Amino acid sequence: MDNIIVIAVLALGGLGLIAAVVLFFIASKFRVFEDPKIDEVEEALPSANCGGCGYPGCRAFAEATVKSAKENKSIEGLNCPVGGNDVMQTVGNILGLAVDATDPMIAVVRCNGSFAHTPAKVKYEGATSCAFAHALYGGEGGCQYGCLGLGDCVAACNFDAIHMNPETGLPEVNDKCTACNACVIACPRDIIELRKRGPKDKRIFVSCVNMEKGAAAKKNCEVACIGCSLCQKACAFDAITITNFLAYIDFNKCTLCRKCVEVCPTNAIHEINFKPRKPKPESAPEKTVVRKSETIEKEAVPAKEQIEKGDTKAPDAATEVKEDIKVTKE
Amino acid sequence: MGILKTFALGGVHPEENKLSSHAAIEVLPVPKQVIVPLGQNLGAPSKAIVKKGDKVKVGQLIAEAGGFISANIHSPVSGTVLKIDPAIDSTGYRRPCVFITVEGDEWDENIDKTDTLKAEIALTPEEIVNRIKSAGIVGLGGATFPTSVKLMPPPGKTAEFLIINGVECEPYLTSDHRVMLEKGQEIMVGIQILMKALKVEKAFIGIENNKKDAITYLSELSQSYQGIEVVPLKVQYPQGGEKQLIKAVVNREVPSGKLPIEVGCVVQNVGTALAVYEAVQKNKPLIERVVTVTGKGVKKPSNFLVRIGTPVEQLIEAAEGLPENTGKVISGGPMMGKSLTSLDAPVVKGTSGILIMEKEESGRKTESPCIRCSKCTYVCPMGLEPFLLSKAAKLGKFEMAENEMIMDCIECGSCQYTCPANIPLLDYLRLGKLKVGQAIRNRNKK
Repeated sequence: MDNIIVIAVLALGGLGLIAAVVLFFIASKFRVFEDPKIDEVEEALPSANCGGCGYPGCRAFAEATVKSAKENKSIEGLNCPVGGNDVMQTVGNILGLAVDATDPMIAVVRCNGSFAHTPAKVKYEGATSCAFAHALYGGEGGCQYGCLGLGDCVAACNFDAIHMNPETGLPEVNDKCTACNACVIACPRDIIELRKRGPKDKRIFVSCVNMEKGAAAKKNCEVACIGCSLCQKACAFDAITITNFLAYIDFNKCTLCRKCVEVCPTNAIHEINFKPRKPKPESAPEKTVVRKSETIEKEAVPAKEQIEKGDTKAPDAATEVKEDIKVTKE
Repeated sequence: MGILKTFALGGVHPEENKLSSHAAIEVLPVPKQVIVPLGQNLGAPSKAIVKKGDKVKVGQLIAEAGGFISANIHSPVSGTVLKIDPAIDSTGYRRPCVFITVEGDEWDENIDKTDTLKAEIALTPEEIVNRIKSAGIVGLGGATFPTSVKLMPPPGKTAEFLIINGVECEPYLTSDHRVMLEKGQEIMVGIQILMKALKVEKAFIGIENNKKDAITYLSELSQSYQGIEVVPLKVQYPQGGEKQLIKAVVNREVPSGKLPIEVGCVVQNVGTALAVYEAVQKNKPLIERVVTVTGKGVKKPSNFLVRIGTPVEQLIEAAEGLPENTGKVISGGPMMGKSLTSLDAPVVKGTSGILIMEKEESGRKTESPCIRCSKCTYVCPMGLEPFLLSKAAKLGKFEMAENEMIMDCIECGSCQYTCPANIPLLDYLRLGKLKVGQAIRNRNKK
């Protein structure tokens, strides 16, 4: 009996020993060297795996940064938009490299064709997918460039940063946005753009992507850019270009002077997070006054973002509207 | 007649509702202005060769083919070119169109306007194909694939059979039915021309059994033409699909992702055969077509011979106006047609019918969860699993959709029609096809 136990222990022990020796040699022969810095960098990254950096996940980005640091002695061009400058600084410290600060970006919805501004001409009944609707038809309001309002951008967002406003039918971006680019890719109409967050989150942009002639654009949407080039003339910094009857503000050149916002006849240029303007002196040209009063009527439901910040073009009307909405909310 | 032929897999049988099958084809008066879109065919849009202020005659070339898979466009009216500008099309997108203000009705001198039948085919096969190409003929069944391309089989492939599609499996539509009854002789000559161009000895005309008068009439006519046979088919949707029709008529199966020429078949619509006759024998390009205007609420369901570019609104007026409780106006049939977003949209080469649906029957029903009844799989004529494909497309799993052969879907809508849970299966299938198609094109580019 004892004999059997001894034989069994010896046999199994011997087998184990042989296997261990074989495995040891195999492991040393086929060992894959991995830079320990990759793990360190990955640890520093936010683990969002959003793909905003252009790499499939944080691990791939960590590998790319370590490789770039080793080969080029810099990690220029590699940026984690979710982590921002803090995370990139930490990554730089791990790799022993200086990292230039980049401007934080944010997604901006360049369409203001709310239900009020573009009354629906047809009714869409079908799959809740912008990509499908875009291939199927022009849009409920008739603008073939405008937001379809079915929320592909909302579905694409991993950060709870973009939501549909049921009152306007348009998506709205909040401060959680990390500029990961997911919604920009998801939008079949290229309405969402990444722009500079701007100092104190102030930014100015043309909230329209309609490339039709002015009359055709205006026919479907009251707040469309008609390509009148008034803003281009008003801009002292050459920041505005007009192509295909559509104005575009270059955020690298824009100094946030707000001159273009004043001259826009259709209110297509939006300013976000600015303090309300002082009321104009009475000697102001009559035409502008008429336009502003029109604006007040039309903008019975201004964008939520603006309401929250108390920011619309006409301060008095804005506060009124703001109070109204607060009352209804309560 | 014995057991009627049909295709092997799936299919549905919606209510036929052929309300206008007894209404003879009426010629609609020429409108005051026509809007001729430059992208009327499958493939590349055509390029305009006229400019503002040009005088044009009926049948004059106004736009040239913009590529190999593209077609010429001829002026459907005589008058002055008002402008070339984007105009709303049936989908609500504004696309480039030629606007022509109508002045009189002056035809190009080379067009033979008489009704006499010209049965002798003088041209060689190459000349026939060139004539069809220059006349801008596209498949009039609705897919608008340029006919001349179909008549030029790729090297190494030869056609064995010509199959003429007189199935008209879409409910409500009757334009092909009326064409068969009223233009039977011309269609027969058209088929002979197509047979000569393709160098085939045998042609079949597939007609569903709900058009008995057309079957009898064309069978009689076919006695005096060599090699043409009428095949009565069991009524089953989507028999008008190319692959289904080939399976039903000659019992051959087109391999996945391949064209009918792979199994030696070329399929053409009866309307196309008529257009081919007119182009080759009478020198008349494709400038008008037969359009059914129908619907349960329509006072006078009719079949009109309409010039291309006529606004849809005029067709509806000719059928005694839009009924009060209209829910949707559809271009095409109820199964595969697309609803119009504007009545200003013009009739194009592919418009086979205008269907006006009442509010009660047009709206979508409330969607409920899938109960795994497998009805969609049972009816799919391509042997796919629509519930799986639509779910994959909905969740963005396009790779899985591709592996499950989503590109074989013919978008017939049988699955959505039969779904007891009212799931918009076809919408997601179309989305999946769109995305997978893009991915395949990108992959091939690299």
